[in-house]
Amino acid sequence: MNKQTTTNRRAWLNGAGDGIPIALGYFTVSFTFGIIAGQTGLNPFQAMMMSATNLTSAGQFAGLTLIAAAATFLEMALAQLIINSRYFLMSFALSQKISPDTPMIHRLIMAFGITDEIFGVSAAKPGRLNPFYTYGLMSVAIPGWTFGTLLGVISGDILPPRLVSALSVALYGMLLAVIIPPAKGNKVLSSLIIISMTASLLFAELPLLKSISSGVKIILLTFLIAGIAAYFFPVKENDHE
Amino acid sequence: MSNVFWYIFVMAGVTYLIRVLPLTLVRREIKNTYIRSFLYYVPYVTLAVMIFPAILHSTASVWSALAGFVTAIIFSYRGASLVKVALLACVSVFAVELFLY
Repeated sequence: MNKQTTTNRRAWLNGAGDGIPIALGYFTVSFTFGIIAGQTGLNPFQAMMMSATNLTSAGQFAGLTLIAAAATFLEMALAQLIINSRYFLMSFALSQKISPDTPMIHRLIMAFGITDEIFGVSAAKPGRLNPFYTYGLMSVAIPGWTFGTLLGVISGDILPPRLVSALSVALYGMLLAVIIPPAKGNKVLSSLIIISMTASLLFAELPLLKSISSGVKIILLTFLIAGIAAYFFPVKENDHE
Repeated sequence: MSNVFWYIFVMAGVTYLIRVLPLTLVRREIKNTYIRSFLYYVPYVTLAVMIFPAILHSTASVWSALAGFVTAIIFSYRGASLVKVALLACVSVFAVELFLY
């Protein structure tokens, strides 16, 4: 085995390990998704296929609503575009996180795995990102998402509510573990996180802002807050590595 | 419901395009400090916006969710692993709900 293969193998294993909490969280969300997909009239194969090919929670839940309403394909496409537009920024950020000479095939495969969690964990890795690390995350998280869906459709409400409630916090906990450690001792990042959460709370509670869909809110606040922060607190090269 | 497959196809197609375009089109290193800084801040802002206040409505009660939220903050601040933080947050939600119900 040459040196690169060993490095890739290790990166994959690291990713697979970090993929466990993602898979755990995905399982609960996709289980709920599966139940609703079944109620909407999708058969287990269709629901599973939707999860395996889409890999996005908000987009899929909205998709079910639109299928139930017999929406047009154009409406479906626009809804997905708005809800999932944040992946565009995430993909852009990843393009700078990987080595510029990363082959096209790796870019095509990695792109498929860009979810909030897989992106967050990949982006938090110090230094250049090895695509195999992201593949490790994907190979554990995607089955969790897909089989959770299958189980939800075929079994309905079998998990005890207490367990579902407890597991529902897993993804959020994991995301906090992604953003908090780098913010420790870093005033800019700490303030940024607090400002972002406060702004998000305002958007969720204030009468006029409340009506903005969550997909639009996420992209709007990201452009606004990260845009202002980048202007006032440009990141020096060595901060990134 | 045979057109369910067409819906799935449209959804998957649009979503993949959003994900694949920047990663395949931007193949050189961007030198512009403003854009680099912006992209560096993106994950923190996006994820923070998604976590809060949504986390408070993720469990059966705001109080158990709050416990999970605080637990996750404390342990990730202390540098616990992703798995550990996620599981401890789950355990604290479970424990608080045992008291509540």
